[in-house]
Amino acid sequence: MEVLEDVQWVLACYTDDVPENGGACVKHGSEQIAVYNFSRRGEWYATQNLCPHKQQMVLSRGMIGSAGEACEPKVACPFHKKTFSLLSGECLSGEDYQIKTYPVRVIDGKVYIGIV
Amino acid sequence: MKPTIVVVGNGMVGYKFCEKLVARSNAYRIVVFGEEPRRAYDRVHLSEYFAGKSAEDLSMSSSSWYADNGIELHLSDPVQEINLEVKAIHSLSGKIINYDYLVLATGSGAFVPDIPGIEKQGVFVYRTIDDLDKIKEYAVNAKSGVVMGGGLLGLEAAKALIDLGINNADVVEFAPRLMPRQIDTAGSAMLQSKLSQLGLSIHLNKITSSIEGDGCVTGLRFNDDSLLETDMLVISAGIRPRDELARLAGLQVGTRGGIVVNEKMQTSDPAVFAIGECALYEGMIYGLVAPGYEMAEVVVSQLTANDKTFNGFDMSTKLKLIGVDVASFGDAFISEPDCRTLVFEDTHKGVYKRINISNDGKYLLGGILIGDAAAYNMLLQTVNNKIVLPPDPEDLILGARGAEQSGGAGVMNLPDEALICSCEAVSKGSICSAVNNGAVNLDALKKCTGAGTGCGGCVPMVKDLIAGTLKANGQYVKNVICEHFDYSRQELFDLIKVNKLKNYDLVLDHHGKGDGCEVCKPLVASILSSLWNDLIVKQDTIQDSNDRYLANIQKGGTYSVVPRIPGGEITPEKLIVIGQVAQKYNLYTKITGGQRIDMFGAHVNDLPDIWGELINAGFESGHAYGKSLRTVKSCVGSTWCRFGLHDSVSFAIEIEERYKGVRSPHKLKGGVSGCIRECAEAQGKDFGIIATEKGWNLYVCGNGGSKPQHAQLLAADIDSKTCIRYLDRFLMFYIKTADPLTRTATWLNKLDGGMAYLKNVIVNDSLGIGDQLEEEMQLLVDSFHCEWKEVVNNPELRKRFAHFVNAPHEKDPTVKLETMREQVKAAW
Ligand code: SRM
Ligand SMILES: Cc1cc2nc3c(=O)[nH]c(=O)nc-3n(C[C@H](O)[C@H](O)[C@H](O)COP(=O)(O)OP(=O)(O)OC[C@H]3O[C@@H](n4cnc5c(N)ncnc54)[C@H](O)[C@@H]3O)c2cc1C
Ligand code: SF4
Ligand code: FES
Repeated sequence: MEVLEDVQWVLACYTDDVPENGGACVKHGSEQIAVYNFSRRGEWYATQNLCPHKQQMVLSRGMIGSAGEACEPKVACPFHKKTFSLLSGECLSGEDYQIKTYPVRVIDGKVYIGIV
Repeated sequence: MKPTIVVVGNGMVGYKFCEKLVARSNAYRIVVFGEEPRRAYDRVHLSEYFAGKSAEDLSMSSSSWYADNGIELHLSDPVQEINLEVKAIHSLSGKIINYDYLVLATGSGAFVPDIPGIEKQGVFVYRTIDDLDKIKEYAVNAKSGVVMGGGLLGLEAAKALIDLGINNADVVEFAPRLMPRQIDTAGSAMLQSKLSQLGLSIHLNKITSSIEGDGCVTGLRFNDDSLLETDMLVISAGIRPRDELARLAGLQVGTRGGIVVNEKMQTSDPAVFAIGECALYEGMIYGLVAPGYEMAEVVVSQLTANDKTFNGFDMSTKLKLIGVDVASFGDAFISEPDCRTLVFEDTHKGVYKRINISNDGKYLLGGILIGDAAAYNMLLQTVNNKIVLPPDPEDLILGARGAEQSGGAGVMNLPDEALICSCEAVSKGSICSAVNNGAVNLDALKKCTGAGTGCGGCVPMVKDLIAGTLKANGQYVKNVICEHFDYSRQELFDLIKVNKLKNYDLVLDHHGKGDGCEVCKPLVASILSSLWNDLIVKQDTIQDSNDRYLANIQKGGTYSVVPRIPGGEITPEKLIVIGQVAQKYNLYTKITGGQRIDMFGAHVNDLPDIWGELINAGFESGHAYGKSLRTVKSCVGSTWCRFGLHDSVSFAIEIEERYKGVRSPHKLKGGVSGCIRECAEAQGKDFGIIATEKGWNLYVCGNGGSKPQHAQLLAADIDSKTCIRYLDRFLMFYIKTADPLTRTATWLNKLDGGMAYLKNVIVNDSLGIGDQLEEEMQLLVDSFHCEWKEVVNNPELRKRFAHFVNAPHEKDPTVKLETMREQVKAAW
């Protein structure tokens, strides 16, 4: 059965605001959200901008890439290179951190983030 | 009460005895007396003390080890008398201890020949940390130094003098060849020519008749009446066993010294043992650590109701540290007609190899290797395990074919009993089973077997065994960049160059898999810039964060701003601009350890404006964010300083301007000093230049940081043009071959052949790539651009320096600053 949630799609920015294969930070009220343009795969992701390791507002400035056979998309924090899955928000560097992830839709050059 | 064992001497062998005994039995009370003020340390690696290791680094045990094991340790308290009748010893501080067993491990002292003037100031021996402290202190004011004795230790001491900054080091040997106990005349000649490249002058057939000087040594007079001037003298003319205590007590000693022992290491009194360099077994003193450890093992076995005995020991040696490979093994001197001798000589490369083979051609008996001792371990094993030789034994010493023999496959063919680490008596079998039980890297293996923790000579072979065993289990891992690239950095560098790939995606498509990661992206970025020197902001998302924002990220997410201040020279006008900019953007300012000024706490949004103002005032990027040239420190030099020999500031500026912006595997730092006082600390840098009367001395591969290492002399007394030429070659060679994030010092430490090889490549152009390296560097120099200038003048690029893409003028509200000593600091 499909679970219906009340997702609100917020216009975050335009596609050319976010560099190819990189991230940028958008402001949503008092929240900071990192948006990633994974152009190599034609995919978009979004996570919280705060790195849970030392509470730094920097994940949008991290490098993105993939891990493992399944090519799990990930971002590496620029501070101490902890990596996080862009799909699940799980920390892939073997620690117990978890970051928030958001669904993303791109329509006509506009990037929308789904806020629950 | 437990029986008491008193150990006299807390040197390498005395310590090893305690370690082995407590590991096997707790039936004894152990009391140790040491004459030196510190716990036993690794004398074999004594010279590393000059290369920056501390006494504590060299220590054989932790400070609590003795107490933890219930051993009573008395340091700075030599035993002065032994009373064999009542079984007691008396120490300097007045302690009297009764023993059930006594172990003499008093080692040996340097043999000092009785030459007139030997008591003068500036004459040293080379045996203890205290000796080294004295040498170091005296060397500060010495320009030249002589080592008396061209044996194993003498050459090591001479190299140490060079490392201490003494440019003119001489070795005086009375025999007609160097290392007379280990190598033959032809080998000695080859060694001599290699050593002269390192800056050592060798004088053979010289008998010293007196030490000249009024109070302090000023020279050596020889019996042919010639004079060799010097500021200091280190004596390394052999060792003399410390048997004075035993002699006094009435124990039997040899006519030429040494405490006589039987195969159980018992002296003439069965309750007294002697081990290590003080023991004389069958007329022989064993001046190496491995036989000493074996003797310790024998005594422990006697005391724990086994009865292992000593049966002599292999005296094969491989010389370390000197920068030239030298090894001799088995019976090095046996000659025809008692055997067949094969010699391979390459005077161009400075390689000499000799092997002695049994007349039936079946067995290897011994040999000598100079200039290339890669095959040493394998050849030694071939002798010791009586391995039947292949039909063409010359393969063993012939260049590449020989080298292959020493590779992974070769070691795996050894029998399980083959002794790999002779210091710790570890066999091939125990190493392989440790690997099978999970000790799959060197550190783990050292921990569980002890192999490689002694002299370290077996480490290459241990590594081969690890690799070989893993491979046999089908789990061999290659030194690859990351999961996305199956290549080493050097391989990828060549592939990118040959295929002329200009961006990351192309490299990944052609040679990688997956979507890349934080390891391979910056690595490829660095290779791309080293090859093509394209603007790095064009591919900003493959750069490390600092390179992406052309500034170093700080706590709280702000950035630092470091304009280039070449050579540390700055005009008052520019100083004022820095002050004004810092004031305007509320930045913290600090003079850095690299002779320039850092401004901290800049919001990412402000970076382009800040740089705009700096560039208008004539500043350029300082590349503090890149793996690239940082600073070339200078001292004030001849323009002002009364000691200055040349204009060190101008030269530092010229060099900093030349290499600025060049991307490399790790950051690069340089220094130029106007004289040997070395105020620019050039010898702590990746490259350091020091003015001499005749020109410049060029040092390379120094490092500060957590493992400081002094730079080593690459070329002496060269002019500015040659200096820059060598630097071009050196830097480009490093850039092309080093592993990622490897500083030049670490790179050199891993480089096969070490400094001698590097010198050959750079100075003698032995690979014939000198011109090519210079051209490649010139390309980078010619394509320099200030990255910040490009950004400041390009609205598209400027746009990237916003915190919020959807609110570009808003700064990050989470950045918090507070005040400290009238400046801002990150609130954290
Ligand atoms: C600012 C400064 C300290 C200061 O206030 O004086 C500094 C600051 C940093 N150093 Fe340093 N080092 C500074 C001089 C030095 C020196 C002294 C020198 O250059 O003479 C050394 C020892 C010399 C050497 O490198 O051999 C030094 C050895 C290191 C190391 C250890 C390198 C090594 O090989 O072990 C690191 C860590 C690294 O690079 O991996 C490091 C790393 C850093 C980093 C980049 C750490 C980081 O990742 O945040 C610091 C940030 C700089 C920034 O944000 O601007 N810093 N650092 C100095 C900047 C000099 C400059 O003008 O560019
Ligand atoms: C610079 C250098 C490089 C070397 N390189 C190598 C090498 O590459 N390979 C190799 O195998 N060997 C090498 N050696 C030799 C090796 O260090 C010795 O073989 C080893 O240290 C011998 O150990 P030992 O315990 O017998 O003597 P030592 O280590 O000399 O220890 C003897 C200790 O006993 C103390 N002592 C003496 N008399 C008394 C007393 N009456 N009371 C209390 N204490 C006393 C001494 O002060 C000293 O601390 C090198 C030696 C030097 C100096
Ligand atoms: S290194 Fe020499 S020339 Fe340079 S400042 Fe120091 S004393 Fe003067
Ligand atoms: S703050 Fe992100 S990894 Fe440490």
